[in-house]
Amino acid sequence: MIKLDEIDKTILNTIQLDFPLVTKPYEALGKQIGISEDDVISRIKRLHRDGAIRRIAPIINTAKAGGTSTLVAMQVPTERVDEVVKIINAYTEVSHNYLRTAKYNIWFTASAPSVEYLDNMLAEIERKTGCPLINLPTKNLFKIGVKFDIK
Amino acid sequence: MDEIDTKILKLTQDGIPFAPEPFNKIAEQLGITPQEVLAKFKEMQAKGIIRRFGASIGHRAIGITSNAMCTWNVPDERVEEVGAIMAGFPEVSHCYERPRYPDWPYNLFTMVHAYSHEECEKVAARIARATGIVEYSLLFSEREFKKTGARL
Repeated sequence: MIKLDEIDKTILNTIQLDFPLVTKPYEALGKQIGISEDDVISRIKRLHRDGAIRRIAPIINTAKAGGTSTLVAMQVPTERVDEVVKIINAYTEVSHNYLRTAKYNIWFTASAPSVEYLDNMLAEIERKTGCPLINLPTKNLFKIGVKFDIK
Repeated sequence: MDEIDTKILKLTQDGIPFAPEPFNKIAEQLGITPQEVLAKFKEMQAKGIIRRFGASIGHRAIGITSNAMCTWNVPDERVEEVGAIMAGFPEVSHCYERPRYPDWPYNLFTMVHAYSHEECEKVAARIARATGIVEYSLLFSEREFKKTGARL
């Protein structure tokens, strides 16, 4: 686990939701926090290198961007996990993939241009791996808003 | 969404540079000004094409190492009401209704992030008390194989 000082925490808590959409965003952040643009950039570079920041980017809503997405749960024998994960992760459409403790142990999300495209892809994954899966597309969205309160 | 929107998203979805003027290169590649790129982002945000523009946090690196997918068996007629209550918990980052299967009875999914498994379990217990939903299961993530944003 990496060490964060108070300024790092302020930066992280601020830029999750309020990254300034201006031509010089790091300068704007610096003014807001009370440090220089250089200091903001070097801290963000360090936080990125240490894994605290994965990326600064637009978070795309696939449904509105003309696509569709789903969550898939798969039953994979323990000894085949690494091999099956390799097959799944080879698809660029797969965005998240986790091992979880349950009967269905592999959980991944995927986004694609259409439902038909996704269905074909999942059928292909099932065929290639020989592992049963259940497709769990969203029926109702009550909340989506990952903002970590970094203490 | 127009062609420029799609191009902007494709050029930035893996992250903008950590340089004083991070939108300059993208603008140059598209033959528009950085101000136009920024206006496009604001427009896409207003339309809901992008949910937010900001940093994705590597929560494990900063010690938020526990992440539980809590799955709940909620009577269909209570889904709307219970979903709203669950969404109100600050520890819940995502809350969705998803289909059931013969061997998968859980229809509501909440993601809970915390500094420990114990803390996740406490949050789930509080949600159970607040909603009266007692049939639930916590699936902790043991390994992360992939994590990128939803991609175009």
